[in-house]
Amino acid sequence: MNINATLIGQMITFALFVWFTMKYVWPPILAAMEAREKEIADGLAAAEQGAQAQEKAEAEATALLREAKQQAAEIIQNAEKDANQKVEESVSTAKLAGERQLEKAQADIEREVASAKDGLRTQVSSLAAVGASRILGKEVDEKTHAKLLDDLISQL
Amino acid sequence: MANNSHTTDAAEAAHEAAIHDAEHSISDIITHHLTNLTSGEGFWHINIDSMIMSWLLGVSFLYLFWSVAKSVTIGVPSRMQNFVEIIFSFVNQNVKESFHGTNKIVAPMALTIFVWVFLWNLMDLVPVDLVPSILKLFGVEYFKIVPSTDVNSTMGLALGVIIAVIGAAIYTKGIGGYGKSLITHPFEAESTAMKAVLVLPNLLLNIVETLAKPLSLSLRLFGNLYAGELIFILISLLPLYLQWVLGVPWAIFHILVIVLQAFIFMILTIVYLSMATETHDDH
Repeated sequence: MNINATLIGQMITFALFVWFTMKYVWPPILAAMEAREKEIADGLAAAEQGAQAQEKAEAEATALLREAKQQAAEIIQNAEKDANQKVEESVSTAKLAGERQLEKAQADIEREVASAKDGLRTQVSSLAAVGASRILGKEVDEKTHAKLLDDLISQL
Repeated sequence: MANNSHTTDAAEAAHEAAIHDAEHSISDIITHHLTNLTSGEGFWHINIDSMIMSWLLGVSFLYLFWSVAKSVTIGVPSRMQNFVEIIFSFVNQNVKESFHGTNKIVAPMALTIFVWVFLWNLMDLVPVDLVPSILKLFGVEYFKIVPSTDVNSTMGLALGVIIAVIGAAIYTKGIGGYGKSLITHPFEAESTAMKAVLVLPNLLLNIVETLAKPLSLSLRLFGNLYAGELIFILISLLPLYLQWVLGVPWAIFHILVIVLQAFIFMILTIVYLSMATETHDDH
């Protein structure tokens, strides 16, 4: 082991190799690795963002679904209520109409009965007059005995 | 018949070994293994084996990394790119942790040192007699294939590092700032008179510190690998059945040493550069 010019040779070699590495080896590899690092970081960030967006969309979808269900339930409820109301209404209308018809029919009947009674009364009065005249042997003037007859009739 | 020829072979081998031993004593073999292939006179010796191996390993490393850098893709990396990126990000992470400046030379230098020194050290796991005995067939007498067992290699690397450290210090602080930091630290004073007194001790300490850095860097690497290689050579002198018993554990342990020494060299380089570029105003 003795120091000789190899020392200088190795120094020059070292300097050349370092220069070569610095110029042609280090920058492209470093650039590529940094670019890849960035790409991966970006990809991860995008994935994160996507996951967040999906989560948000899912939450929105759930909210919409819930709202829709609520609305549907409301609509059904309203419809049921309406239907019930309509049925009730029609039932009450029908009842009312029936009652009215019944009343009318009763009134008709009463009127008929009254008129029949009237008719009978007049007939009875005339018959009574005829009967009385037969019995008395003389004609009963209806006009003169009208008061009598009317009393009779009203007693019937 | 077969048994007979076997004994003949063994006898021949023993005979050859005896001749071999006569020609080379153990210390001769060790010395032979630890001698560089050199050419030149005096200081201007060049250890050809160290230079060839350093260039071979360095160029293969640079070619591998350069071919990946040329076709580097942001998308799914190829296996080779993956492999390169693992080493790359390991070095890059260490640089980021230890060096807080924005100097562009630090990370490439750390990568070069780590991989290059690792490959130097890796040659230690090549069987000690393999390459020298092959090259001997071509008339090459000496060949050390582990550049880090040549102190010139490690010292050259360390001096390169220290030049970079001084350069980085001058680049960040300016020549005046660097000069000032040499004479005002580590001993600091408030009054001008005390400052003047402390100039010399500071300067001396800084010179020692600056010289100690490359010395410790290079001798640590050299010492570890030289000792490791020496033990491999000693193991290779044992009988074949014992070589396995000792060689395998030592080689496995050496895998750790190889990576560790490359890592230490790289980390210390980063730390020295970091220290050089930090301003002392922080503390």
